[in-house]
Amino acid sequence: MPAIHFNRVTKRYADGFEALRDATFAVEAGEFTFLTGHSGAGKTTALRLIAAIERATSGTVLVNGQNVAALRAVAIPYLRRSLGLVFQDQKLLHDRNAFENVMLPLAVCGEPPREAARRVRAALDKVGLLGRERAMPITLSGGEQQRLCIARAVVNRPSILIADEPTANLDSEAALGIVEIFQAFNRVGVTVLVATHDHTLIERFASSVVRLAHGRVAAKPAALATP
Amino acid sequence: MRAWIRHHGRSLRATLRGFARAPAATVLNIVAIGVALALPLGAWVLLGNATQLAGHVAVEPRLSVFLATDATRADAARVEAALAGATAVRRQRFVPKEEALADLHRTAGMREILAALGSNPLPDAVIADLAPGEPDSVQRLAVELRKLPKVELVQLDALWLQRLEALLRLGQAAVAVLAALLAVGMVAVTFNTVRQQILTQHAEIEVSRLIGATDAFIRRPFVYQGALMGLAGGLAALGIVALCVRLLDSEVSRLAATYGSDFRLTLGAAPELGMLLAFAGVLGWAGAYLSVSRHLHSMASP
Repeated sequence: MPAIHFNRVTKRYADGFEALRDATFAVEAGEFTFLTGHSGAGKTTALRLIAAIERATSGTVLVNGQNVAALRAVAIPYLRRSLGLVFQDQKLLHDRNAFENVMLPLAVCGEPPREAARRVRAALDKVGLLGRERAMPITLSGGEQQRLCIARAVVNRPSILIADEPTANLDSEAALGIVEIFQAFNRVGVTVLVATHDHTLIERFASSVVRLAHGRVAAKPAALATP
Repeated sequence: MRAWIRHHGRSLRATLRGFARAPAATVLNIVAIGVALALPLGAWVLLGNATQLAGHVAVEPRLSVFLATDATRADAARVEAALAGATAVRRQRFVPKEEALADLHRTAGMREILAALGSNPLPDAVIADLAPGEPDSVQRLAVELRKLPKVELVQLDALWLQRLEALLRLGQAAVAVLAALLAVGMVAVTFNTVRQQILTQHAEIEVSRLIGATDAFIRRPFVYQGALMGLAGGLAALGIVALCVRLLDSEVSRLAATYGSDFRLTLGAAPELGMLLAFAGVLGWAGAYLSVSRHLHSMASP
């Protein structure tokens, strides 16, 4: 069973713009996949459909076998808890320090404080920010802020990690560092889907690729394309 | 269950932190709610005292039959016979005009007036004490008595008490209306205060939703804030009214003393005041709940 499966998905906005047109692709469980394409190709929309931030106009979006498009509103929070989300605009809380930012998903789940603190430190350790837990996000470098976002996304131990342009504003060295962190999570079984338009990254980290062009799937992931 | 308690503890702490972050705004909000609630509460306390006062005065109802000045003892006997036959009458007493005059003489300031009049202007009277709670039969009796010869005036002394009671009921209705209006006002105040709080925490709410917070989780700290604000406002109102009662009490008891009464103003019974506080808390809760729900709803539509 694929971790993520788009079946003939169309997303049309109220103004008539079609961000996705009849898009079909799958991300197998445990796979590391790049979602790529020009700006405005529908990458962000695809990720938003997976997290039920938006709903498909037609077609089905299956996440771990569950049709997200048909999910009732009360079930959406529980879907999101099973996903790790790294947002394009980061969405860090700037009035909280690094530790408190990473704590948020666990507070949302009602995790016992002691266990939660242990897991927050483990997550910060995995992204190399263990010594900066008291730092406010504004005092961190761009790469560090992005790693903080990743720590927040993985602290809940999600089975799927989704990142939208995580390397957009970083120099190539910091960008490599970020992708290496994703790879480390992938190695322990986490399905990773990264939206990016950075071709050097895609070439360097050979893995499956879903290419979007004007809302349509231009190339299937390598795993599915080979007969 | 433990997670549930943890959630609530966390929300309560977050709320108190929010209050501590903006102490001036918090105090002003509480004062605003307190003053708004103090109006109906004050009226309610005054009414409570008036009702109590009416209860003090409420002696058993009495029927006075005044005869014409030229009535004879036989006319009075007819009245006495009519009263004796009525079930509502407990006791009756004939008051001759001489006795009434002597009574009046004892009243300060009346002696000079009576002296100026020369002859006795007062009529004979028959006064009957009635059993309480039979207003209809008493009314019928009064009508019967008025038909008797030489009966000048039949006066039901309970009438003014009934009027007072009706007046008090009217006052209670007015307080209820005032309370309802101010309840709406209080919901509006908490709604708006919580809305401002929501706007300052917009980022946190948005992120929490994106990482899997339920609406109940997001709502909880704000609802706590509303309920606590309502409760604190209720306490403030109680404080304001208690202060007013204290200030007025010495004057009232001085006034009461001139009527030979030891009446004192009181605030009311503890269970009722507790209910008022709970009511204020519920109103604050409702205002906050509406506010957050509206905000979440406006965020939900993509």
